[in-house]
Amino acid sequence: MQDLGISVLFKGINMQRLLLGLWAALRISLISVLISIPLGILTGIVMTLRNPVTKVLTRVYLEIVRIMPQMVLLFIVFFGVTRVFGINLPAELSSIIVFSFWGTAEMGDLVRGALISIPKHQYESAAALAMSKAQIYLYIIIPQTLRRLVPLSINLITRMIKTTSLVMMIGVVEVLKVAQQIIEANRKTSPNAAFGIFAVVFLLYFTACWPISLLSRYLEKKWS
Amino acid sequence: MERAEELLKLEHVKKAYDGQEVLKDFSLTVHRGEVIVIVGASGCGKSTLLRCINGLEPIQGGRISLQGQVIDGRAKNIADIRQKIGMVFQSYDLFPHKTIMQNTTLAPIKVQKRIRADAEKEAEELLQRVGILDKKDNYPRQLSGGQKQRAAIVRALMMHPEIMLFDEVTAALDPEMVREVLDTMLELARSGMTMLIVTHEMSFAKAVADRVVFLDDGVTVEEGTPEEFFERPKTERAKRFLHTFEFDSVKK
Repeated sequence: MQDLGISVLFKGINMQRLLLGLWAALRISLISVLISIPLGILTGIVMTLRNPVTKVLTRVYLEIVRIMPQMVLLFIVFFGVTRVFGINLPAELSSIIVFSFWGTAEMGDLVRGALISIPKHQYESAAALAMSKAQIYLYIIIPQTLRRLVPLSINLITRMIKTTSLVMMIGVVEVLKVAQQIIEANRKTSPNAAFGIFAVVFLLYFTACWPISLLSRYLEKKWS
Repeated sequence: MERAEELLKLEHVKKAYDGQEVLKDFSLTVHRGEVIVIVGASGCGKSTLLRCINGLEPIQGGRISLQGQVIDGRAKNIADIRQKIGMVFQSYDLFPHKTIMQNTTLAPIKVQKRIRADAEKEAEELLQRVGILDKKDNYPRQLSGGQKQRAAIVRALMMHPEIMLFDEVTAALDPEMVREVLDTMLELARSGMTMLIVTHEMSFAKAVADRVVFLDDGVTVEEGTPEEFFERPKTERAKRFLHTFEFDSVKK
């Protein structure tokens, strides 16, 4: 049987390096998620306002994020900002800025969708039961919004984790970059390492995203 | 005979949406224990009227008061007044994320600060009375339309209202479920509840009403006992309206 290059994994601290790479990827996505959720909730609430100015602004923001490939955004922030403003942003910080910029827009749109999907009658029947504004939001509107929001935002989180594979293009050493380095370094001794190492990378992404998907499916079932 | 206490009073109420007048000059006095049915064509302002009484819609003129307290949706005392007004909507509007028990006890516990055990005991009694006690731990989506509407009635009754408003509560129901809801309302009327009912069920109106108010184009066109209104309508408009519920035989 051909050597699949799995053995490369156990040379030196290669496995440890891969795990550190994974951690770098998760760190970027998790910090971005933590920033995106509160900002996204605010953006979503702003999106539901009837003010024409905020409507246009949020619309333009959302469209920019949707149209621009994440890679272009990364290049603009990492290379563009350095040139134009002379600020030297570290690659990881640039990644977090871009991912938060993206996550906030998408999260905002999800929140907007969830909020407007609550029928007006829910507010009214709660008001008719003499509940105060705060009680209506606390007991009726927010729980229903969250139920609609959680599965959708979990999907966004897994997409963000997967998209971190792009940040190696601006020099962040994350799991995919480490994998490439390992493969390059062992090209002579085990030319098939690409298969084994990338298979491991696949498994690493899988173990990171699978539990999150499971949680989403569980919540969807519980709340459907 | 001494008339019962004046509970709800509407005086020259005006209501307009975007400049279009829905209620022009509407006055009505509801006494304690009275059951008043409001009939009229679609879009004549019946539902709007009930929504104004509950302060869900602001009015542009006139005065609505419950036991002398003026009703204004933006006033501080609106929560106190709304506790005295139970409202049941056409589309039930139960809270989908809560069980029937939670739906019926949420406001008593959170708004009226009643003890959970007491509220639950009362809810069980009322659910038993309307025949859906076995559904108390189910979610609204697991109930039929008629069951949901009965749960909504219980939810409103739990607040111990002085008056109940019913806004076309059977309009969204399948015909075989209309009956069970109307029976619940009839029983409620018999128990002495003051009720203001908007409905298209004419035979039910005849059976339950002490007084029928015929609303057309934002004004009261005719008002009287069900016998007077249904058997001997005085105005041409009422005759025409009642005629829409009858069919001329095609067989000659």
